[in-house]
Amino acid sequence: MATIKIRAKAKDGVTTVKALISHPMESGQRKDSKTGKLIPGHYVTEVTAEHNGNQVMSANWAGGISKNPYLSFKFTGAAPGDSIKISWVDNMGKNDSAEAKIK
Amino acid sequence: MKKTLATLGLALLIALPLSAGATPQDDLADFQKYYMERFPNTPFEDFANGVYSIDAASREQWLEIEEFAPYELNLSKGEELFNKPFANGKTYASCFENGGIGIRQNYPYFDTERGEVITLELAINECREANGEKPLGWKKGAIADISAYMAYTSRGNVFNIEIPNDPRALAAYERGKKHFYQKRGQLNMACADCHKFYAGNMVRADLLSPALGHLTHFPVYRSKWGGLGTTHRRYGGCNEQVRAKSFPAQGEEYRALEYFHTYMSNGLAVNGPGARK
Amino acid sequence: MNLIRRKFVKSTAFLSVGATLVGSGLLIPRRALAAYAKDAFAARDVEGAISGSLGSSNYSASDAVKLKAPDIAENGAVVPVTVSSSMGNVDAISIVATSNPGPLTSTYQLSSACEPFISTRIKMAKTGDVIAVVKADGKLYSATKEVKVTIGGCGG
Repeated sequence: MATIKIRAKAKDGVTTVKALISHPMESGQRKDSKTGKLIPGHYVTEVTAEHNGNQVMSANWAGGISKNPYLSFKFTGAAPGDSIKISWVDNMGKNDSAEAKIK
Repeated sequence: MKKTLATLGLALLIALPLSAGATPQDDLADFQKYYMERFPNTPFEDFANGVYSIDAASREQWLEIEEFAPYELNLSKGEELFNKPFANGKTYASCFENGGIGIRQNYPYFDTERGEVITLELAINECREANGEKPLGWKKGAIADISAYMAYTSRGNVFNIEIPNDPRALAAYERGKKHFYQKRGQLNMACADCHKFYAGNMVRADLLSPALGHLTHFPVYRSKWGGLGTTHRRYGGCNEQVRAKSFPAQGEEYRALEYFHTYMSNGLAVNGPGARK
Repeated sequence: MNLIRRKFVKSTAFLSVGATLVGSGLLIPRRALAAYAKDAFAARDVEGAISGSLGSSNYSASDAVKLKAPDIAENGAVVPVTVSSSMGNVDAISIVATSNPGPLTSTYQLSSACEPFISTRIKMAKTGDVIAVVKADGKLYSATKEVKVTIGGCGG
């Protein structure tokens, strides 16, 4: 599916992870300009980050996060060459995950 | 820097007759000189960054977006699409110089055999049709993704659009130039009004970008669109903003405009795809 | 092991428990995590947004919380926001946009391995305050910044 792009870099023991997710993040409050009807909400509800099988961070999102959302966080305990895994789930039950090597 | 309507009118009156005798090279020199004098603190290369070259506050936000710009998703897709073979087994590489890599700065060009301006998007669709594939929509989607990827591989390459010594090429250039300076629509405004004479000023809360450097960063991911769009998508939108009827994407009018418009940025480097508000 | 975890999660509704589980570094299947902060996102008021996501609405401003957001957003649909803190033991962060119909934009559970740092891009319906609330050792600390959202003149 390739909806997640990840950049992870370790420096002085701290790994900075940047993730970009392809997702409409429809809040459910926008009206379709043609039909006048509300466009149903379709947004990522949770993003989780795992390192070596441990959950490092979890985010709860809703329609207030921008379309094609971005997230960055930092954590310790990882080394270059390690893998970081980012997963997301949305309110319609869709999901995806991707892994990247820490540089 | 207030310019009254009278001064504006006068400036145009003076500009037009003069330009009748001016060559494209003269126009280019005048055009770029105008912006360099208007924004003396902006280094020439930085005009490729549009309003971010002339406003510190928005530049900071743009840099934050550039940390991981949304168009990166389009780039991954574009690369995939670019490399995917057609049904007949060939790829886009077979239609382009250097396999389609690092060539964005060569577009648009005037094809003297066909007597037409060829833009990158036009070339992409012609490649598809030559290989038995259906053409893509001109304004967004796959064509923008592919164009973005091709632009990305060309980042840093300097534009040096040529106007060959051919009356048809000159006519296309002049047609584009005319569009740029011609008032249109209910709001009776020309591209030049916002992007030349009033560049750097505000239209409500929008800062007007200088036309110098406009096309270096296309296709563009606009927060407003929530997606990536091509040059002609933006042209259509701009015409409609002044409540003028837009022209068909990749029709003669917009290709002529793109030809003039890109020529005016000769000397600047490709930096597409770009991220804008 | 499984039975204990399931009982634990079942008996609470707050994210704070999820944070404890996450913080302990236990391998937790996504579904067993604390419930999605639905009520917090549904809250129409700032207090509800914060208490729903962090367990309390008793927060105080602190210099130890840094919030970076633009003075004037270029586009209200994409406002870059970065929250960081010099405090230790930060296990949760919430980002609130006071003028949004649902003020809670997002909430984050950080394991003990995480630095107190989150950067994202939020939507802002109109000019208002962005409040970053950080939870450390059970207490809430905040930083606030007004972000202006304007109407451009370019239309299309």
